[in-house]
Amino acid sequence: MRNAFAQEMTRLAAERSDLTLLSGDIGNRMFDRFKQMAPERFFNCGIAEANMMSVAAGMALSGLRPVIYTITPFTTTRCLEQIRVGVAYHQAPVVIVGTGSGLSYAELGPTHHSLEDMAILRTLPGLNVVAPADSAELVAQLREALDAPHPTYMRIGKKGEPPLHSASAQLGIGKANLLREGKDLLITGIGPIIGEALVAAQTLEAEGISIAVANIGSIKPLDDEFLETMVRQFTRWISLEEHGTTGGLGSALLEWLMERGAKKVRLKRIGTPDRFLHEVGSQEYVRKLIEIDANSVAEACKKFRST
Amino acid sequence: MIAAPPSQNSVADLNATALTLRKRLVTTSATAKIPHLGSCLSCVELLVALYWQELRIDPAQPEDPDRDRFLLSKGHGAPILFQVLAERGFFPLARLEDFGKAGSVFHEHPPKPGYIPGIEAATGSLGHGLPMALGMALAARIQQRPTRCYALLSDGECNEGSIWEAALLAASQKVHCLTALIDFNKWQATGRSQEVMALDPLAAKWEAFGWHAQEIDGHDFEAIAAALASARAETQRPSVIVAHTVKGKGVSFMEDDNNWHYRTPNSEELAAALSELEPV
Repeated sequence: MRNAFAQEMTRLAAERSDLTLLSGDIGNRMFDRFKQMAPERFFNCGIAEANMMSVAAGMALSGLRPVIYTITPFTTTRCLEQIRVGVAYHQAPVVIVGTGSGLSYAELGPTHHSLEDMAILRTLPGLNVVAPADSAELVAQLREALDAPHPTYMRIGKKGEPPLHSASAQLGIGKANLLREGKDLLITGIGPIIGEALVAAQTLEAEGISIAVANIGSIKPLDDEFLETMVRQFTRWISLEEHGTTGGLGSALLEWLMERGAKKVRLKRIGTPDRFLHEVGSQEYVRKLIEIDANSVAEACKKFRST
Repeated sequence: MIAAPPSQNSVADLNATALTLRKRLVTTSATAKIPHLGSCLSCVELLVALYWQELRIDPAQPEDPDRDRFLLSKGHGAPILFQVLAERGFFPLARLEDFGKAGSVFHEHPPKPGYIPGIEAATGSLGHGLPMALGMALAARIQQRPTRCYALLSDGECNEGSIWEAALLAASQKVHCLTALIDFNKWQATGRSQEVMALDPLAAKWEAFGWHAQEIDGHDFEAIAAALASARAETQRPSVIVAHTVKGKGVSFMEDDNNWHYRTPNSEELAAALSELEPV
């Protein structure tokens, strides 16, 4: 996913002279082609994220379209006030990209996990919050964000995530997509972890349980029209996210469903627990440990379906 | 095309403007109960020098993309900046009659651009203005505009790590079209700035961070003009002007008395202040 980001940024640098890329001293060699193409528009801002965010706001207020790229905790909570004031309040059209989000850097421990970012950032007025599930969605959302008059926060994974969307998917900001049809239960997810939901659905199919899987794609704005359609089709929903259940996708959907008055819908949230994860291991290991992997999701579906 | 700054102003003219602004500022502080009077009074000469001698701005075209940018990084100085912008013609002075009223945009800090002509950024939370000005300066370089960017900081604001982050990046990027001015009035909200965070030697710190640093008397128009000219002539480094000032400058009983960070004058104090702010 991050390689797709780097490639697309290089293409975009050729297409638009207002694009700048600010990196917080990461992405060694990743942006070599961007730097060759537009050396005057690439800035290694060092390990100084607060300044980097305000610099991007200043650039945007002067008519440029800056994209910020660094590891998620450092481009979100580390410089939250600069996002709140410089970017969101000013409606400075900055695209903030957090890489290695969720548990992508599970091995690096809680300092590098980002399990609160969507919850925190979706409270900021005027800031879109998106989390592409694969490279195609990343490209679509990035392009749309760069044409929008307001700022966007995009949390992305790391590398090697498989494509999840068909060629006919309508990708973009505020656009959800049904990835798999089903009858018994709907899993709504956001980000690359949807891959776990698809595996779970495949497993359950063999047991005669029909699971639909939807990629919500954007937590802010939500795709109202899509959700309305889902309300008409499913009464059991599961939300799946590599993010805390507090304030994330599950919370956003609960808010939406309650306000909508969707009384027949029950929603179970699956996400990371309300604690810091001191257990260090691979992303796969930690997903299993905290039961957000495909097997755990399949088990949760079975239990929830029968309640 | 941006109009050149009005450079025909004599020091006597500038002093007269400063006096007028101080009178309006003190009066507004008393009537609208607007604090940070001491912080506003210490930077009057710096603002007058910028707006009447230095900045390439046209009040009739406040959004001209080629304009110079001024960011009041010490956003609590907004009460004096609003007076400056009105006097400079960005909006009618009468708009300031709403100062401090419910629903008015004229309160303690600058709002985001779009509400008051001439305001480039919402500041007030300290440590944001200089990095944003740096972003604007880098944008001007990319866009090949003649724009110069200025940020006015307080000494207390130099407590913020983001100021020094910006200082480091500006130096590595050789952003010579960026000038920071520090209103070094030796006080922050609750104490002597040197005692709170050991700022001294302030100019040497900036020099060590790779900036062209100058130290001047921040109430001396000739010294300010010379320092700004020297900053403009610099072709490699960003510039900082460490301006030694007196908090509460111009009103004897407010000078160097930090109570006027938060206090506003009562009617007797207003009368006493105004009697001191008459031309000699």
